[in-house]
Order: sequence, then structure tokens, then C-alpha cells
Amino acid sequence: MRIHQELVAHIARLSRLELTREELDRYGLQLSTILEYFSRLLELPTEGVETTSHPIPVTNVFREDVVRPSLPVEEVLAMAPQTREGYFVVPRVLEPES
Amino acid sequence: MELLNLPYHAVRPHLGRDLSVEELVETYLERIRRTDEVVRAYLTVTADLARAQARRWDARIRRGEELPPLVGFPVALKDNLCTRGVRTTCGSRILENFVPPYDATAVRRLVEAGAVVLGKTNLDEFAMGSSTEHSAFFPTRNPWNPEYVPGGSSGGSAAAVAVRSALGALGSDTGGSIRLPAALCGVVGLKPTYGRVSRYGLVAYASSLDQIGPIARDVRDCALLLQAISGKDPMDSTSVEVPVPDYASSLRPEVRGLRIGLPREAFGEGLHPAVQEAVLRAVRVLEREGAEVEEVRLPTLEYALPAYYLIACAEVSSNLARYDGVAYGYRSPRAGDLYTLYARTRAEGFGPEAKRRIMLGTFALSAGYYEGFYRKAQQVRTLVRRDFERCFERVDLLATPVCPTPGFRMGERLEDPLQMYLVDIYTLPVNLAGLPAISIPCGFWEGLPLGLQLIGRPFDEGTVLRAAYTYEQATGGSPKAPPLVEGAR
Repeated sequence: MRIHQELVAHIARLSRLELTREELDRYGLQLSTILEYFSRLLELPTEGVETTSHPIPVTNVFREDVVRPSLPVEEVLAMAPQTREGYFVVPRVLEPES
Repeated sequence: MELLNLPYHAVRPHLGRDLSVEELVETYLERIRRTDEVVRAYLTVTADLARAQARRWDARIRRGEELPPLVGFPVALKDNLCTRGVRTTCGSRILENFVPPYDATAVRRLVEAGAVVLGKTNLDEFAMGSSTEHSAFFPTRNPWNPEYVPGGSSGGSAAAVAVRSALGALGSDTGGSIRLPAALCGVVGLKPTYGRVSRYGLVAYASSLDQIGPIARDVRDCALLLQAISGKDPMDSTSVEVPVPDYASSLRPEVRGLRIGLPREAFGEGLHPAVQEAVLRAVRVLEREGAEVEEVRLPTLEYALPAYYLIACAEVSSNLARYDGVAYGYRSPRAGDLYTLYARTRAEGFGPEAKRRIMLGTFALSAGYYEGFYRKAQQVRTLVRRDFERCFERVDLLATPVCPTPGFRMGERLEDPLQMYLVDIYTLPVNLAGLPAISIPCGFWEGLPLGLQLIGRPFDEGTVLRAAYTYEQATGGSPKAPPLVEGAR
């Protein structure tokens, strides 16, 4: 499994990681080595085998819907990099209509 | 020094008689000052908090109040367990200044049971690693030989318990992160059944595999700690409503009739002869005590590793998406638009192993590769689980090595991620199947401790502990202390 540079750049973008050229090269090489080893999975026949996403069989865990106090807003906002008037501040998401 | 070598169950009778909790805690705080310059097990020491907790317990002892089971137990907590008001970094720059507004359930239960928190311990970033070298702050060293890694990712917790700078600790185990460092540091570490301990407040790495568990000086202390943190929690819907037995009081050195399976595939190529010899010798001890030993098969063992890393990394890519520089944690000062806010914050905030795993997981889940990698890995997970189920139709426990080598040097595997992943080959299948497993010391090679792994049926921690206790009692009681501990036995 060869991870060429274009594919690493695509994965990095999907991962929201801004990487340098040098990092892209290094991770590309490392991911290739790792995935080559992992490709041995493909030799194992799994036709018709169900998937396991969870180790224990629990489904539909219910509890009473009881109203409880949430964490104080000030305490939660205290950890944020930037806030204003009780909100988190982020860069503009939508461009203003021209 | 003698006090530092006693397990908690031997210290407890002294409390309120010839020893106060404050004296005990002060002894441990002094020990941290003496050892941590070399070992570097702690990221944060909560000395004032520990002293305040100790004084409160002493006052209650003086008043003759009824006391909880772990009163005055000085513990260290892996720094991916949320502690209200105490910095919780996960060994990452991205959470370097994060102070959680709540306690993890396991932490709350431990403190309510009487434990005194000494501090937060070092780990590989977000618990992703096998050596504690992937901490963003500094690596932790193995107390038995500072040139060697302590194992990971709960390396700080295991090293602290080994070097006597904590009497017990909590770690987390996603693919071996409690058992591996316990083995390499010569202490006892247990990964409970998935669902036995609430994960609420454990910073998520791979949610279908993560489990919190104890690291202790000996098997009895391990049982006491497990007791305190186990049980259903409404805050974690994957914690299970299964009765929690009284682990410590049912411990007895008795394995007559117990059937132990040796998986043939676990003793093959790639296993260091010293580890193989020590593990087989340990199994013979249990046989002498009356256990019946037979060979079993785990034919999918070699496929468990790629399946594990694909599943774990896929969950990482999803779980670590929350570190976006908005609600808490680091934000890049170079953020421009929304995309660069995310991409620069994450590029600057995460270390190399976190980046590798995020990308590996993103790849495995991406269009065109999902079927061949992620889905395939989940099918292999089913096969691994069935292998274990078949074994447990014939035997009560499985015995394997914990680590294929007697440890490795600092830096040795740091630049070769695949070699680092291969260290987990015997531990991670257990997480895929959600089973309980313990690592107990079973000998030495050139001064480095070796570990035996005993794996049990789901929610049968009791049998795992009993066999481990039988081995410990048959081989001279609590494990030895490292040479760094002056006056050690």
C-alpha cells in the first residue's frame, strides 16, 4: 500500500491538520509502511462475518429523564480561548451577502 | 523506607494507631520530591489538596467515625482522568491549561472511598503510545533502569507505584496501556471488563476499547482499588448493571481444578526467550498449586493487531475532532478563517503520534477505503472475539506474556511507529473482545521486570485476581522494589 503525496495531503485536509511539505513526506512514508503491514488483513476470508463495533451486547440503554442543573455558564466559558457576552467567539463562517 | 514498601492493606491497620494519614501522605510527598527528578512520573503534584484531604480523614478517625474502605490510600491519577479544579492535560499541548469543571466517576468513587490524591501522572499524548515517550512534556523513565522506557501509555502511573512515589494509581487501557507499563515496571495492573468501570470523565481515545483500571503494589491492593471504582454509572451508558463481588475478601490462594489455557499462537515467533521462559515457569507454579493446564488456539491472533489499530485510529479521528480551538484548549494565534483556525490549532496542538493516528483513522474511514479497511477490521474483531469464546468453553483463564520483549531502551522505537505498535500484540486482542486481564510480575531479565498476563471471561475479574493472588503467594508475596528504592528488600 503506497500512500502517494496527493493522498496524504487529502487525508491531512480531511483531518484538519495543516502540515508542512516535510511532514507530508514523512507521514506518507510512515503510513505506507504501517498500511502495508495492515494489508495482511485482506488475506483473511471474512465473507458473511458480521461486524463488531462494540465488545458487549448493550442496546437501548434508558434512564429516567430527570431535570438536573447544568454546569454554570461562567465555569464552562472560563476554559474557552475567546468569549464575548456569554458566547464562544469564532471566525466568520458565512460571507456577508454583497 | 519500610513504610513506603508496605502495600495499603498492610498500612491500614496502623492508621489511627501509630500512624496518621497526614504522616503517610507527607512520606509520599517527600518521596515524590526525592525520586521525580529522575523518574518524572508526575505532570502535576497536588500537595496542598492531598494534605487537606489527609487532615480531614485524620479528624474523622479521631472522632471515631465510620471509615470508608480505602481511608488514607495515597493514589496517583493518570492525567487523562478529569479532576475538578485540577489541570488535566492528557500529555498534550492542546490541553496544557485545561482545568475540568467536573470529576471522572472513577475518581469521585475513589475519593469517596477514602483515597488521597497525590497528583496527575504522565502518559503518551491522549494515551496513544506504548512508552510514555509521546508525552508532549517529557518522557517518564523506568525505575528499574532509567535508560529504559516504563512502557505506556500509563507509564507515569506504573513508574510512580514501582518507585514508591504513590501507593496505588489509576490508569486507562485501550490496547494494553495499564498492563504493559505494569509489566515493564514490575507492578500489578488490571484492565477490567469493558463496562465494569464507568468511563465518564475519562478523556476519550477509542471509546469501544477504553477502560479505566488500577495499578498497585500487589494483587490485594489491586482488588481493593478495583472494588472502589466498579459498578454501573448512569453517566456512562456502556457501564453495565452487573453485581460487583467483594473482590478483596474473596481472595484466597486456591486454584485447584482451575483450567488454564496456553494459546499456541502466543508462544511463537517474535517472543523473546527470556519472556517465554518466565511466563511458562509462572504457569508451572499455578499447575503445581493444582491448576490444569492445556494448550488452546487463537488462530486470528496475528490479525488482531492490524484490526485493533484500524478500529482504534478510526475512533481517534472521530473523538479528537472535538479539539478545534473553540470551546476549550489551545487555539492557534495564526488562525484566520474557520478552516485555518481548525487546521493550525490542530497542527500546533497535537504531537506526531496523535497526528499519525488521526490520519490513519481518517484514511480508514474515507471514501474508497472504508470497506477494505474499517469494515474489514470490524469483521476481524468478530473473529477474534469468537476465538476467545471458543477458548473459554474449555478453560477458565488464558495465560500469555504481556510484552514480547523485556522492555526497550528510550528512543529505540520512537522513530519507527510500526515497531512501537508491535509491542501491544498480546494485550490488544483482549480489548477487542472486551475481556478482563491482569499483568503480574513473573521474574527478571538483566534487572528488568517481566510480566505474566492472565485473561478471564467477561466480568470474571474475581477468577483473574484469585489466580494472580495464588501465584503471588506461592512465589513469596508482594513483588520486589526497584534498586532506586534504598533499603529495598
